[in-house]
Amino acid sequence: MQAEPSLVVRDLHVWFELRRWGFGRAGVVRAVDGVSFSLGPGEAVALVGESGCGKSTLARTVLGLYRPSAGEVVFSGKNLGELRGGEMHGYRSQVGYVQQDPYGALPPFMNVRRILGEPLVINKVSRRSQREPRIREALEEVKLFPVEEFLPKFPHMLSGGQQQRLVIARAMIMKPKLLVADEPVSMLDASVRVEILELLQGLQRLHNLMLLYITHDLSTARYFVERIMVMYAGKIVEQAAVDELLDRPLHPYTRALIAAIPDPDAANAATFQDVPPGEPPNLLHPPSGCRFHPRCPAFIRGLCEVQEPPDFELQPGHLVACWLYQSGLPAS
Amino acid sequence: MKAGAPLLLQVQDLRLYFRTTRGAVQAVDGLSFALGHRQALAVLGESGCGKSSLARAILRLLPRNVHTYTGQVFLNGAELMSLNEDRFRREVRWSGISLVAQAAMNSLNPVIKVGEQVMEPLVTHRRLNREEARQRASKALQLVGVPVDFLDRYAFELSGGMRQRVVIAMALVADPPLIIMDEPTSALDVLTQANIMNVLKGIKKEVGSSFLLITHDVATSSELADRIAVMYAGQLVELGDAAGFFPGPLHPYSKKLMTSVPRLRGGSRPEFIPGQPPSLINPSAGCRFAPRCSFRFNRCQEDPPLVEVEPGQWVKCWLYPANSNAGSHAG
Repeated sequence: MQAEPSLVVRDLHVWFELRRWGFGRAGVVRAVDGVSFSLGPGEAVALVGESGCGKSTLARTVLGLYRPSAGEVVFSGKNLGELRGGEMHGYRSQVGYVQQDPYGALPPFMNVRRILGEPLVINKVSRRSQREPRIREALEEVKLFPVEEFLPKFPHMLSGGQQQRLVIARAMIMKPKLLVADEPVSMLDASVRVEILELLQGLQRLHNLMLLYITHDLSTARYFVERIMVMYAGKIVEQAAVDELLDRPLHPYTRALIAAIPDPDAANAATFQDVPPGEPPNLLHPPSGCRFHPRCPAFIRGLCEVQEPPDFELQPGHLVACWLYQSGLPAS
Repeated sequence: MKAGAPLLLQVQDLRLYFRTTRGAVQAVDGLSFALGHRQALAVLGESGCGKSSLARAILRLLPRNVHTYTGQVFLNGAELMSLNEDRFRREVRWSGISLVAQAAMNSLNPVIKVGEQVMEPLVTHRRLNREEARQRASKALQLVGVPVDFLDRYAFELSGGMRQRVVIAMALVADPPLIIMDEPTSALDVLTQANIMNVLKGIKKEVGSSFLLITHDVATSSELADRIAVMYAGQLVELGDAAGFFPGPLHPYSKKLMTSVPRLRGGSRPEFIPGQPPSLINPSAGCRFAPRCSFRFNRCQEDPPLVEVEPGQWVKCWLYPANSNAGSHAG
């Protein structure tokens, strides 16, 4: 089992119970509600969804920060739920986390050397002479040259892009097998975004990492991953290889999402966009049946609001959870 | 500039510098542009280029550490900079120019019903009684797609998209001819963003308001803009019609900006712009983009003027000689 690292998520549920008042229960928020997927060695996958759809909860569960309410996360053959203290420690050193807000993720009172040294200290690289070369190597990997100049700097002395590079260096310092990047560029300027994503992709390819790229932005996902999973209200509604998903989106939600993202074109101003009305549902009381049915333009009465659609695999690797495809692809 | 009826907004050589311990920050450094009736101008630029300061300078919403605040702003031909603070507040803010500030949806008052907040500009600026104000407020809410019974709700009862609509309704309610929007959709989800852009398009068509849309999001700006202004390091580097700009931006910075936009359909892989924007404290004398520019040559040590290369297309770059009417849509 040790040979090839992989990540398998099976029927994962992460529910949060709201505060109880006396005997009354306020209810549970079903942030992740039955999610299954897997990542092969060296695979880069994007998890795309709107805010509040549960994508960050999923990421944090994969990182071992939340316990699943049901289902399991299996990393290289080991079930995360069964890891004991020290083993969890070992797991965390094999997983890197790139946070959304680089400035918030960096301790303001530590300089670059200490920020990068800390994970090494925690993982018992106690000699400074052993830590120093690794710190320098990590800085070089994220192209913070000249290394000498950056080592004594504090986070506030760096630009947003440099801060995010530092966060990536910190995620890489233990030479992880899996990188979880939660909206790594949404706080950055457009011109810097591509630079950071190229860096991530370069590292992912160089070290044959698994990358889980969490984003709300399909247009960046297109260039930097191989496969896209679309999440809506706690569930993955469609997943496929990038070109397949963008060329032939099947789920009405995916279609709406793609249609709503403009490319810069002066003609856009002349036409109204065809957008489904409404907002994503409250996960405290999600709609019955398919969760997209109240907004869906192709809603089938008597079916969609009653029964939850299972995943239909129409092409190898292209899964969609929508009743429209219960008898395969409609003739078009 | 075109002759005839006065343009809605004319800005001439507007400067806003901020005082800091290390020197003056030249946030808005000599901006000149005009905006017609029923037009939408998108001001594009990266963070720190001075685009939000431009909104503040036009509306005279200044912080305490102002170093320099000069230039001229005309609204419907009337000069605004010479108005005293009291007249400016009564005659310009909200009734002439309204603002949807960045992240405004998070600044709704949590303990006052949203209806009251939408009515407020009418009661204070238009001196309407509460009954009339409430009617116009509910009209404004309808226009932006908020159910009328939301008048009696509190901000925390509304989703982000609904709150943003309420804030836009506040900006509309006193019928100002010009609405300045600072990143109106950047905090919202993709579908909500598309819904809000549809609302703004509807307002532009039906009400005939003009918009100054300040954003870093090139793709979204194309949803509304008739004209595009590109800001870099406190200065305007390009100004032109959207129809000409999107297919063929002229300034090297605009070109780089366009290639950095990831596209969902077709197009090539996005590229980043190497280097960083200069500090706005004592920026270099020449072209401010020169250190990052791949077309740089000797003359770039001097500051290029903003010249009209084709009717309505202005660019601040030595690559483009002034008044050459040759149709050289480079790029």
